[in-house]
Amino acid sequence: MEQFILGRLTWSSLPHEWFTLGGTVAFATILIGLTIFLTRVKRWKWLWNEWLTSTDPKKIGIMYIIIAFLMFLRGGLDVVMIWLQQTIGTTSSPGYLGATHGYLSADHFQQIFTAHGDIMVFFVTMGFLFGLINLIVPLQIGARDLAFPFLNSLGFWLYFAGVVLINMFFVLGGEFAAAGWLAVAPLSELQFNPGVGVDYWIWSLQVSGLGTLIGGINFVVTILKMRAPGMSLMRMPMFTWASLMGMILVISIFPILAMTMILLTLDRYLGMHFFTLDNGGNAMMYWNLIWMWGHPEVYVLIIPVFGIYSEIVSTFAQKKIFGYTSLVVAVGAITLLSFSVWLHHFFTMGAGADVNAFFGIMTMWIAIPTGVQIINWLFTMFRGKIIFKSPIYWFFGFVSTFTFGGMAGLLMALPPVDFQVHNSLFLVAHFHTMIVGGALFGIFAGFTYWFPKVFGFKLHERIGKYAFWTWLVGFFLSFVPLYILGMMGAVRRMDTYSPSLGWQQLFTVSLIGACVIMCAVGLQILQLVVSIIQRKQNRDLTGDPWNGRSLEWATASPPPFYNFAVIPQVHSRDAFWEMKNPKGISSSEVAKQKKTSIKYEDIELPKNTPMGIYLSGFIFLFGLAMVWHAWLFAIIGLVGAICCVILRTFDEHTEYVLTAAEVEQIEKKLRAKS
Amino acid sequence: MIHHQNHQEAITNDKTIFGFWVYLMTDLLMFGVLFATYSVLHGNIFNGPSGKEIFDLPFALTETIILLTSSFTAGLAIWALRNNNKNQVLLWFGITFLLGLSFLVLELTEFHKLVLEGDSWRRSAFLSSYFSLVSTHGLHITAGLFWMLISLIKVKSQGITPGLARKLTLLSLFWHFLDIVWIFIFTVVYLMGAI
Amino acid sequence: MNNENLTNINKTESKKILQSYITGFILSIILTLVPYILVMDHLLTPLVLVGVILVFAFVQLAVQLLFFLHIRQESKPRLNLVIFLLFFGTILVVVVASVWIMQHLNYNMSLVQFNNVMNYGEGF
Repeated sequence: MEQFILGRLTWSSLPHEWFTLGGTVAFATILIGLTIFLTRVKRWKWLWNEWLTSTDPKKIGIMYIIIAFLMFLRGGLDVVMIWLQQTIGTTSSPGYLGATHGYLSADHFQQIFTAHGDIMVFFVTMGFLFGLINLIVPLQIGARDLAFPFLNSLGFWLYFAGVVLINMFFVLGGEFAAAGWLAVAPLSELQFNPGVGVDYWIWSLQVSGLGTLIGGINFVVTILKMRAPGMSLMRMPMFTWASLMGMILVISIFPILAMTMILLTLDRYLGMHFFTLDNGGNAMMYWNLIWMWGHPEVYVLIIPVFGIYSEIVSTFAQKKIFGYTSLVVAVGAITLLSFSVWLHHFFTMGAGADVNAFFGIMTMWIAIPTGVQIINWLFTMFRGKIIFKSPIYWFFGFVSTFTFGGMAGLLMALPPVDFQVHNSLFLVAHFHTMIVGGALFGIFAGFTYWFPKVFGFKLHERIGKYAFWTWLVGFFLSFVPLYILGMMGAVRRMDTYSPSLGWQQLFTVSLIGACVIMCAVGLQILQLVVSIIQRKQNRDLTGDPWNGRSLEWATASPPPFYNFAVIPQVHSRDAFWEMKNPKGISSSEVAKQKKTSIKYEDIELPKNTPMGIYLSGFIFLFGLAMVWHAWLFAIIGLVGAICCVILRTFDEHTEYVLTAAEVEQIEKKLRAKS
Repeated sequence: MIHHQNHQEAITNDKTIFGFWVYLMTDLLMFGVLFATYSVLHGNIFNGPSGKEIFDLPFALTETIILLTSSFTAGLAIWALRNNNKNQVLLWFGITFLLGLSFLVLELTEFHKLVLEGDSWRRSAFLSSYFSLVSTHGLHITAGLFWMLISLIKVKSQGITPGLARKLTLLSLFWHFLDIVWIFIFTVVYLMGAI
Repeated sequence: MNNENLTNINKTESKKILQSYITGFILSIILTLVPYILVMDHLLTPLVLVGVILVFAFVQLAVQLLFFLHIRQESKPRLNLVIFLLFFGTILVVVVASVWIMQHLNYNMSLVQFNNVMNYGEGF
């Protein structure tokens, strides 16, 4: 009976190692602190009504970014622990704490780098990007909301449930997965990992993956069906194009991940034999399937970021983007090609020369549309007048790092080269260059660029520049040693390296780089704090602080909850630029047009709803119960989730009407402020 | 006012039906992965039976014809919906429900027989991929039947509202899609298994 | 699919829809029975048989797309069709590439190949 209720959860599972407990204490402190704070300022109801149950993509976007940032700190802490271990740990001489293997056991080290990878990819980068797309794309296409507001809320809460699940280890203990960020089979099978670790991995990613898929469908339908009148596909801003392509990629690949994880789950829970070592299982098929998802996934991380750079380069060079059509074609080409290269992740698994050659060639092809993009950005800047503010700094940081790492990637596209550096630190340096130098810098760029629009005041410019330079220096200090070490033969995922190899100095340089990056993150946090303190001086009163070109800058900062009082009519690309500088009309005409009264209409908006929270809560319970084999709670979770879905379908009153008069009042107040 | 409402309904119909279609495509891809896995692993019979030994082709044909007919009757139900004929909607979806239920029962008896013989999903990679592919389809059918039941209750009580018309359209898309997947299960698993 | 009008159509549209479903049903029955008979009675060689029944399956897919899912009646832009083709292509890649890759992997990593490499100097 106890087994049916609690499964394999026992007293001895609970957290008991010193660093696990450190995490438990940290989380508990944050939660308790938050609870006390909210009670003190009496903001519980406000939080529930204004934020948690909201279907407004602007609010949901901010919630995504806050959670992504918190997970960024967690993932960053994992990095520091990894770096410390690799610098301190040596196989033959006593380490810093007297232990010969550094301060972490091999098993714990594996859990930490596994957690680091999953958190950074799924919960930080994807979270940031989903938040940004939620915030900006509806504004850019002149829409009021996404196509399916309830599903937007549900998608966020499923993401949040995944975040909690992956951190549940600090609450209920057990262990985390120690099989790498993709839980390679057969290591992740019951034979080698019977504990709860891999199950935590499976269920946290399944739950958040469901949210990702729902969000992807939502974004695709929104961009294709809800653009303002006159905005044809070829008049969309580049960030919207990039988001569309990225989300098409999401919906085309997450089913593969979901099903592959289901197959692994079936092996672990029902004794099936897809990837086991016996009864005909074929573990190589796991790697094939998971990389079919995994490679396009990294393009999901970078394609929207390319869109961010397009916007920033165009705005800060004060020129329309060069080669719009070729950019669209290039992004489309990258999206399509990303489906044809996945085998380069396992050249060495033994598919043979024919297969390897095909995938090697396809991998090299992808560099071409990427190069087209960079050339277009450079030509946009040519003969432009560049305004040197922090967003464009991040772009320059991206160009210098990404091309560097991209060439490392091109090198590895050649199977013979890859045979030398596969799973070495060279590979680790390459993909971190892509994700940090590419995606993360882009996220920082987008964050800095659109911050005034979302929050109504600008970020402190000087601290921002310091943060950028610190990041850039830290980045090169951290990763250039890894390229060198990889070339010299250092294998990845090792907790100790023999000092006789003479590599300790390079590891130490890398550790110094990590510390510099920590300072950079500290500066970013400082920038945020200072900006919030000084927000009154830095208010964005015009809604257009950078002299932007696309429709999001046509609204107030922050925009009213309905985005546009009147849906704009679009006549060309760079719709807002055209509104500011209409051709063939004199400026007096423009002023006259502005003065004539605007005809307001009733607006239908979706209501807030707690159903997303409840549904995700039941699914979270199901996932957690499945991890621990607590079948009673699994059944409760599943049945509860199904009931929530059925209940929701009976809800006929999901929208409310904002009358024209109310809209006019709000607009009047906004105009009075500026 | 009515014109505005009709316009709003048209927009909602358009984006909801398109969104559901996109979801169906992602579901199709999940089946694609199962088909890929089956194609790769169907030869790994270990010490167990192969497809030839356990598949009963006339039985599979019966299941196929039943499901195909149910897809047809679902189509007739939508035809009735388009003609705003509440009673015919109930009739044809009712028949679809019964045919779907028969399909499910037949499939379960087939599974039951295999498990009793000792040829369950634990026996070999081939059996694992067979059971998971066919069961995933069966689970979708089950979900569809539940959906159908609840929809019929709603039709009986509220009649055909615009929202319900939209949801019944989605249900029919789902049901047709399940028959399409079954065509490939019949071909790739049963027919090819017998060659 | 004309998405605007879900419940009130005129007589000619009604007749067209009914015809569409009946035609689709009859064609599908035929496309199911023919491959069944071909397999049951071993009327063709195995390899040809596999190809033929696959063709029948894809034709029935097209029939059901046209007659049950009304994919041609979609108004421009034909987004449903485009998205379907995108996913169809993806599924083809997933299935075909998996089979191709795994065949090579299975052979190269098998005992047969091990023997060939060790004793006959064959490469991968």
